[in-house]
Amino acid sequence: MVNEAGAGHLGSELSCVDLLVALYFGELRVDPTDPMAPGRDRFVLSKGHAAGALYVTLAEAGFLEPDEVSTFMRAGSRLSGHPDRKAVPGVETNTGPLGHGLPVAVGMAKAARLRGEDWRTYVLTGDGELQEGSNWEAGMAAAQFRLDNLTLLIDHNRFQQGAPVAETNDLAPLADKWRAFGWHVVDIDGHDFDSIHAGLDVARATSDRPTCLMAHTNKAEGVSFMRDRVAWHHRVPTEEEYVRARAELTEGPS
Amino acid sequence: MSPATQRALHDCRGAFAETLVELAEANPDVVAVCNDSVGSSKLEGFKERWPERLVNVGIAEQNLVGVAAGLANGGLLPFVCAAACFLTARALEQIKTDVAYSDTNVKLCGISSGMAYGELGATHHSTEDFGWTRVIPNLTVIAPADREETRQAVRAAAAHRGPVYLRLSRMGVPDIMPDGYRFAIGRAVRLHEGRDVSIIANGTLTHRALDAAELLAREGIQARVINMATVKPLDEDAIVAAARDTGAIVTLEEHQVHGGLGSAVAEVVVSHEPVPMTILGVPGIFAPTGSASWLLDRFGMSAQGIAASARELVHRKRTKVAP
Repeated sequence: MVNEAGAGHLGSELSCVDLLVALYFGELRVDPTDPMAPGRDRFVLSKGHAAGALYVTLAEAGFLEPDEVSTFMRAGSRLSGHPDRKAVPGVETNTGPLGHGLPVAVGMAKAARLRGEDWRTYVLTGDGELQEGSNWEAGMAAAQFRLDNLTLLIDHNRFQQGAPVAETNDLAPLADKWRAFGWHVVDIDGHDFDSIHAGLDVARATSDRPTCLMAHTNKAEGVSFMRDRVAWHHRVPTEEEYVRARAELTEGPS
Repeated sequence: MSPATQRALHDCRGAFAETLVELAEANPDVVAVCNDSVGSSKLEGFKERWPERLVNVGIAEQNLVGVAAGLANGGLLPFVCAAACFLTARALEQIKTDVAYSDTNVKLCGISSGMAYGELGATHHSTEDFGWTRVIPNLTVIAPADREETRQAVRAAAAHRGPVYLRLSRMGVPDIMPDGYRFAIGRAVRLHEGRDVSIIANGTLTHRALDAAELLAREGIQARVINMATVKPLDEDAIVAAARDTGAIVTLEEHQVHGGLGSAVAEVVVSHEPVPMTILGVPGIFAPTGSASWLLDRFGMSAQGIAASARELVHRKRTKVAP
């Protein structure tokens, strides 16, 4: 898909796609035949640059025709480099600029509370993205409003576009920060489905405060020569690299 | 002394807050969202009636607008109530992305816009917000001129499905709309008829335009006064007709002369019916300290100042050599 488009954010997509799979095939109550059902769970991809991973997941879940993902970022395609809710069924809010998803998700969770409805809200952010102050404004509000129907998943892959997070504007101790902001924090392995689902179970059982699932992940997980390398934030593989990467992702590293 | 100063002046925030309460009574989905701005938005009555429906996020405007977008996604009808200067400047990307581009049904109410906080200084002036908001696709922009128009604009915003920016003031204005007035989004209204020059205004300036028209009439200049509450979508027909019928247009706004109502009118005029124009507003500076009224006078928007600009424009029009 990224190769066909000649652009994308492969590293960011491979670090969070396991989280997306866990959400769409085992957690979210969403219906591709009725994507705007009022009582649906809400999912917000705050790291909108991982749109490619969202589109393939939405296609697999029945929201898009599988063939359509090959139009990703082509001229005129509705599958833009960042998701557009008016164009793509299953997308709840438009993201791309970082630090937008969590405030919107707080509003969604608050709406469910005000209306007395039991649907839940999930938001996936990157870690570098948490350098945006709007996340911390929203984090305070979520705790103030006691939004236990809100789950934040942090794709903690330790890298941002240009360098490791720790070398840029270090977020550590990240879990302690969320705890100090009044959240229930649970560490999970973001590439282990049992661990992800266990975390989601804990979030659902938590009352009186929002839950933050600190998903420990690897940038470009699954491809040995891309993994944890800054360059693969948005590099496009060569044909030879594509063939090797595809082989590793389907068969495991040789 | 201009006639308006002899009439009772009203702070339109009262009409805004009363109408919001009426809407909330009729529709349980109406919620108010604020940034520690209960008092300045006159939301005390709303808060007393429905404490749970007043979502106060504290002093955090980015979160304010993001939360409102989420509330709308969840089926509610949020009215964001915040000082115009902070709402539009601090949260502009949220307004663009979470509200306008995402097409959420959020009503943004910029309170104390323009230079209503005149004495507090330029940090608290909101004289760029017409420009910032009107260039964002899918965002309706409205600045009502008196209490009745405020009431009707708030109801129209609630009935309109989509994002709206309501630009409200706290500066006292007289009741000027005629009996039976019906506000409609995107429709300008003529409040005084004339064929010599048109004066186009909105918000706190419309009553000053009417006063200027009276002064001009005494010297034989008949001015058409158009209240253009909706800055977007613009009533292009009313502008083209004004240009064609009167051949000269003065615009007034409690805003910078760049990018606001005058610019919007000029965009239509140059494309369809070029005529001489004078754009009055804040002349590209951070305004000094002073009351809004004093500042508007200083920037040539007293009734006398407006009349002088109109007179000069009529002279230019009449002495213009035909090509």
